[in-house]
Amino acid sequence: MAVLNDKRLNEEDEMPKIKALTKLMQELEDQLVVCMRCGMCQAVCPLFRETGLEADVARGKLALLDGLLQEMFKDPQGVYDRLNKCLLCGSCAANCPSGVSVLEIFIKARAILTGFMGLSPARKLILRGMLSRPEIFDRAAEWGLKFQKIFTRPANEIIGTSCARFVSPLLKDRHFMPLATVPFHRQTASLNTDKGRSGLKVFFFVGCLIDKIFPQLAQDVIDVLNYHEVGVFMPQKQGCCGIPAISSGDLKTFNRLVRYHLEIFDAEKFDYMVTACATCTSTIKKIWPMMADKISDSIQTKVDEIAQKTLDISQLLVSKVGLEKGGIEDSNTAVDVTFHDPCHLKKSLGVAAEPRALINANPAYRLKEMPEADWCCGLGGSFNLQHYKLSSNIGKLKRDYIKASGCSVVATGCPACMLQISDMMSRSADKIVVKHPVEIYRELL
Amino acid sequence: MINPALLREFQTVLGAENVFTDQADLLTYSYDAAVLAAVVPALALRPVDSESLSRVVRLCNENQLPLTVRGAGTNLSGGTIPIRGGVVLLTNALDKILEINSEDMYAIVQPGVVTAKLAAAVEAKGLFYPPDPGSQAVSTLGGNVAENAGGLRGLKYGVTRDYVMGLQFFNAEGESIKTGSKTVKCATGYNLAGLLVGSEGTLGVFNEITLKLIPPPARQKAMFAVFNDMDRASETVAAVIAHRIVPATLEFMDNFTIRAVEDFSRAGLPVDAAALLLIEVDGHPAQVEEDAGKVEYLCRKIGADSIRVAKDAAERDKVWAARRSALSALAKLKPTVVLEDATVPRSKIPEMVRAIQDISKQCDISIGTFGHAGDGNLHPTILTDRRDKEEWERVEAAIETIFDKALSLGGTLSGEHGTGIAKSCFLEKETGLATIRYSRRIKAAMDPNNILNPEKIIGYSNTR
Repeated sequence: MAVLNDKRLNEEDEMPKIKALTKLMQELEDQLVVCMRCGMCQAVCPLFRETGLEADVARGKLALLDGLLQEMFKDPQGVYDRLNKCLLCGSCAANCPSGVSVLEIFIKARAILTGFMGLSPARKLILRGMLSRPEIFDRAAEWGLKFQKIFTRPANEIIGTSCARFVSPLLKDRHFMPLATVPFHRQTASLNTDKGRSGLKVFFFVGCLIDKIFPQLAQDVIDVLNYHEVGVFMPQKQGCCGIPAISSGDLKTFNRLVRYHLEIFDAEKFDYMVTACATCTSTIKKIWPMMADKISDSIQTKVDEIAQKTLDISQLLVSKVGLEKGGIEDSNTAVDVTFHDPCHLKKSLGVAAEPRALINANPAYRLKEMPEADWCCGLGGSFNLQHYKLSSNIGKLKRDYIKASGCSVVATGCPACMLQISDMMSRSADKIVVKHPVEIYRELL
Repeated sequence: MINPALLREFQTVLGAENVFTDQADLLTYSYDAAVLAAVVPALALRPVDSESLSRVVRLCNENQLPLTVRGAGTNLSGGTIPIRGGVVLLTNALDKILEINSEDMYAIVQPGVVTAKLAAAVEAKGLFYPPDPGSQAVSTLGGNVAENAGGLRGLKYGVTRDYVMGLQFFNAEGESIKTGSKTVKCATGYNLAGLLVGSEGTLGVFNEITLKLIPPPARQKAMFAVFNDMDRASETVAAVIAHRIVPATLEFMDNFTIRAVEDFSRAGLPVDAAALLLIEVDGHPAQVEEDAGKVEYLCRKIGADSIRVAKDAAERDKVWAARRSALSALAKLKPTVVLEDATVPRSKIPEMVRAIQDISKQCDISIGTFGHAGDGNLHPTILTDRRDKEEWERVEAAIETIFDKALSLGGTLSGEHGTGIAKSCFLEKETGLATIRYSRRIKAAMDPNNILNPEKIIGYSNTR
């Protein structure tokens, strides 16, 4: 591995370096070979619809990884850049005729290539310096809150977004949801209640976005769980599920976060682990087990157990608890609401009926489907930071679909989608409220 | 390597953002859906209008650069692999439906329009564009015309060729050539459209395509018949046709495919059945009833063990969902899928199906067979792993035996996937050498520098 770290590489040194990379990539070979290059992913890739470039669609990226593996060319940086230009929405995998594990390949390849190329200094600072240490992350967010008031102004009252007060290279023309004045962990540091008539106790994994931007949503979850007499275990100092780290290929931070949380989970017995964030659920349920073998066998066993128990809040309420029914809808007063399927719920976990059931339970709302409800909103986590224009173009399409539904409320089960949709609606000056299905359900109780 | 002055000229013509020179980008234009070796082009170009398309073609010709046009890259015979390097020309920025004319029932499109998008746009106007190749969700009309793509509806509605009314294309010099018309009848000039359809980009580069539209059928009725004996199923296909019934679709699945689909989709298919026929008749309601009755009668008479008629749209969708998932279900079984399309006169279907089963046994390889039995176009689908060299040799032997059998039955090497690279060396078997020489002379006359998708269809030499 000494060769890999030699900064004075010249042409002659490239060969052993590439050989080492090829070797690392061999673990992907059996999965890569499954792609038959049929190209059907072009029909469903949100990025490809915008750019029309083969390197942006799964088939192209898989061919690039295969090209590196077969040593058809020697440009790991070129592959790395293209691999990172992806929403990881999983639309391709969900529609792949030959069942290629696209996300698993991409995530593992990002980890391999990041290990090989090294993390960029900015990512290192954010991921290793902050995200991997929940306490530091919390404190940084509090500092951010102080600056937020100086640099930003309200943009859309209905949606609750802000935008930059003056030209900012960082914020660009984003309309973003501001950091909450008091993050959830400052409102309720921890909880440990007994199971009631539901006979269930759950671990509530809050997640960063809900804690720092949508604390009211965490309260809604707790209220709903209390109503149904579901015992709640919510220890203090929870951190990030690790998706920003693993999607940047930062195995070190990801592993650290997994270990950190496994220790927290061990403190109490619970039947299910729930989140109100599609991305957290999908990360814990799908990505943790996918990557845990890199840590150790015993961690793998624990992670598999947790993944088994992990549910989206809507799944828990619909299939384990049973929903409250709110009577008959009044067609004169019911508010029209449309639902956006988060990729991490529908495509990753196959959960689409349950959040709709939460909405349908409340007779004050009437669910009206938008066209292509499961078309990605375009956020894609750090994709939005790296490729804001593309992310916005994809988001704008989503906004047009939402607008076409004619509804005054759009609901979605992922705070990340809520951020993106808020930005898009606010920039179009739409008066459409963004809600989480749990919020709509809580209003009923 | 492309010389820097020429590269700059391409950049001026197309805008730098439509000129791709990075190795990583170029690698993604080195393959298509055929199981063949990839070849990386020297350059990829994406024209955004007719004028720049024409100039790119002319520049390639002047600089003797091979030019391979690429739509969605779903080709199954290697037609879009730039085998001599050079330029890959992307059509997906030429994606406008220029006109849908309801009164005269035609549509004019640019080559990069996706097939399913045109079909949907046409349907919204109460008309019908029937060709429905399996890749229609992504395939482009330019590609469909260049490959003469088929689909499930070929039996009754024909294939892409039957819907091309006119073409405007660029020859190798970049001059605009017009053939055909918006009129139903057109008797002027050579039928160049007839020559260009299925020419796989070897004779010209499409700019505008005029397509025939028809009224949609008023009603459909779908059914599926289960057979415990393969021969009876294929005899039924022949009998339906012999009784002068033309179903819109008449599809076949063998036991291997049925089991794969059932494992994959749990659709409730009879896994013990030797074969399934999926049949849809369409047209005037009265005729649909009559035809459906006759088909049902024939199925029972020849020996279907059971037959189920779809009661409503949902049941009909279920029937077709099973058929549509056939390739996916098979593809999931092994890493490499070779989808063949040797086609025989429909009366020879029973013999061809038996031959494929024998070949599968002889060569000891897995072959799932499904396909458009009604038009004689079966899809023997070979499941293998291209990394297994020994097995791959047996696969190649099996393919050649399938070709020989199809030809001996008076059939063709390809019903709808085209010749491309994959079948060019076998073409002589089907047509004879004189036909290939004749074709090569046409090619040499139209494209003296041999820049237009060289080596496709007619192989290497221009002089043999």
